[in-house]
Amino acid sequence: MKRRKFDVAAVPGNTARAVDDRFQVATPLRRLLNKVFPDHWSFLLGEIALFSFIVLLLTGVFLTFFFEPAMTEVIYNGSYAPLRGTPMSAAYASTLDISFDVRGGLIMRQMHHWAALLFMAAIVVHMLRVFFTGAFRKPRETNWIIGSLLFWVGFLAGFTGYSLPDDGLSGTGLRIASAIMLSIPVIGSWVTAAVFNGEFPGTIIISRFFIAHVLLIPGLLVALITVHLGLVFKQKHTQWPGPGRTNGNVVGERMFPRYAIKQGGFFMVVFGVIALMGGLFQINPVWLFGPYEAWVVSAASQPDWYVMFLDGSTRLMPDWEITIPIGEGYVIPPLFWPTVVLPGILVAISLLYPFMEARHLKDYRSHNLLQRPRDVPFRTGLGVMALTFYVILTLSGANDVIADKFHISLNAMTWAGRVGLLLLPPLAYYVTYRICLGLQQHDREVLAHGVETGIIRRLPDGRFVEVHQPLSAGNGHGELDYAGWVVPKKMNRLGALGPAIRGFFYPIERPAEAPVSPGHPPVEPRPEREEITSGETRS
Amino acid sequence: MTSDNDRRRGLLARLRGRPGAPSRGRRRLGAAVRLVAALMLAGGAYTVLAPGAAAQENPPLSTAAADGKALFDVSCVTCHGRNAQGVEGRGPSLIGVGAASVEFQVGTGRMPMARQEAQAARKPEVFTRDEIDQLAAYIQELGGGPVVPAGDNLHADGNVAIGGELYRINCSQCHAFSGGGGALSSGKYAPSLAPATDRQIYAAMLSGPQNMPVFGDNQITPEQKADIIAYIQQTLKDDGDPGGLFNLGRYGPSTEGVAIFLVGIVALVFASLWIAGKS
Repeated sequence: MKRRKFDVAAVPGNTARAVDDRFQVATPLRRLLNKVFPDHWSFLLGEIALFSFIVLLLTGVFLTFFFEPAMTEVIYNGSYAPLRGTPMSAAYASTLDISFDVRGGLIMRQMHHWAALLFMAAIVVHMLRVFFTGAFRKPRETNWIIGSLLFWVGFLAGFTGYSLPDDGLSGTGLRIASAIMLSIPVIGSWVTAAVFNGEFPGTIIISRFFIAHVLLIPGLLVALITVHLGLVFKQKHTQWPGPGRTNGNVVGERMFPRYAIKQGGFFMVVFGVIALMGGLFQINPVWLFGPYEAWVVSAASQPDWYVMFLDGSTRLMPDWEITIPIGEGYVIPPLFWPTVVLPGILVAISLLYPFMEARHLKDYRSHNLLQRPRDVPFRTGLGVMALTFYVILTLSGANDVIADKFHISLNAMTWAGRVGLLLLPPLAYYVTYRICLGLQQHDREVLAHGVETGIIRRLPDGRFVEVHQPLSAGNGHGELDYAGWVVPKKMNRLGALGPAIRGFFYPIERPAEAPVSPGHPPVEPRPEREEITSGETRS
Repeated sequence: MTSDNDRRRGLLARLRGRPGAPSRGRRRLGAAVRLVAALMLAGGAYTVLAPGAAAQENPPLSTAAADGKALFDVSCVTCHGRNAQGVEGRGPSLIGVGAASVEFQVGTGRMPMARQEAQAARKPEVFTRDEIDQLAAYIQELGGGPVVPAGDNLHADGNVAIGGELYRINCSQCHAFSGGGGALSSGKYAPSLAPATDRQIYAAMLSGPQNMPVFGDNQITPEQKADIIAYIQQTLKDDGDPGGLFNLGRYGPSTEGVAIFLVGIVALVFASLWIAGKS
């Protein structure tokens, strides 16, 4: 019997056919792989969050192998001498073991923490991009809501994770969280007792936070992220307006192979940045904080940056205590307003904004094209206003560190925060609005009169005029309408200098010899001219 | 008018009951005798009645203290007053603050103060070690008070584990977990412990300078002080940061938040510009 030759080249095709025969995936997979994504750097910000979430899952799984989520008291006897012999919870002891006795444990812990900060930072930056370009408009309101929820669920994930090591700093944060819960009128004490199973701190909170942090919240995050990405697929990505791009098409790259390869590369870059930060920058040195004890509260105790705005709002809140004369007097503590009411308002506004804006503008159409921030000055102004509000609160959350390191009185910092919180957001709105109008005006001016060439011409009567390069044929005055596209403002955008030299850090090809523009033929060298003489030749 | 005249003539003349004026020589002689008698009476009464302690007032200062007093009278007297009794609104009395206080305040350059403000800042010392010792001797001899034990290394047999726990309970409220210091109200602050020597930390605990409370030997024993100093010097300063090359000042989440935006987000935005530009 003649043995058939094994054809290596046919293996992938045969395998694919075998799979398709059984699962009929070729047609949907073809649609998926041919899916077109618009390409712009700002569309990659959400991916930073996605990829840091993957790093969080990977490093988090590693940490669970060694972490012991229990508050039973043990005597530490590990390799970190300054805490040896100190009574502490098993959770804190196992965190110290991860840091000092588990091989690679410290960098995993630090990568996990940096990835968490990066996850939240990328969410915020991505959210700003979506907001300022109007990408949340119909039909994408649902995805905006899911994105906002992702921030708040990420907030919970961060806070529960921050509390798990049971160190002096996170214990202080947990005490504040219990105070916030207690401040809620009527149900506060029941909520606290339910969460802590009695008085703070109790003996079970770490175990509860652990299961929330490793199962419930990540599960919710995975579900929300899945729906978020699924909706991006279903509704297709928005794109910037430009030549050939309409509300009814998507111009970009196919998912496979180019876009997938780029995304794979970008994941490596994100992973690399997190690993570098985890190895180079020390974060959350729990061994300095010591085990949590109720009587240990350090100076400069702050939550992670995404929770810091609540710390700031608490620091700025005046001590207005409301006493309701029922019975012996029912007290609503001042803590209730900055830590329960304020975040509640922020959540509601952020979730409802797409609907409020549509109602305000009476605009109920679908939009697949993005808007340049300058074209919608009121929205851009509102965004900057909200950002200013948030930044002032966040800075106030660290106002003691700022006061100490920049030699400012802490009282002055608090009052600056209070006054700034009321004055600066409206001012930011006004300034942003005016800047947007100015940019709009300049766009119209360039469209009407052309690009400034930098060439000054002297007229025969002695006047000087600047030469403009019109953007359209003819005399180029007032013939172009603004279409929401980027308006070229410099001559090399029009091809005057030829295409830019390729390469990001150093040129990867030789620059063209002569300026060549795609629209125009190469500039001919000046023809040789004959010397003009009187006609006589010397002989 | 008679009564007015009587009053002018004096008590002794009225007792004599003789209005006639004696001769000038007798008057002078009588005045001298009366003066000598009055002086002897006063001196005798003083010698008999004065308390024994007062007899030791203004004991002779030791040589070092005398030198210290000379320095004090040039550099410190403006605010702390003559004999270190303090000047209202300018500087407190130094009676009883002890050599420990001088060693801390002058040894860290806080005194002499540059100006009156919320708190004196650490600056390069004005006086040499010998001069500081002389000033300390003067203040010590003036009113007593706490003294830092001898030696430069005061944490030789300190236990960092006990010291760490004591540090977190007693010191971290103001100086922070890392010893980097922290803000207090109205421009006051707890300074960084980074430049502090063993003796300065010990002196600070004993004397409670500026806004710091006093941690006397009955609150924190000398052995516990050695433990705390050992924790500050060995663990916080010498052991370094196992977590990486950069400790971000150990200010906790505030600088970590700055780092994630300035390093992480900036690096990745550049990466996304680069990747999106490759098309």
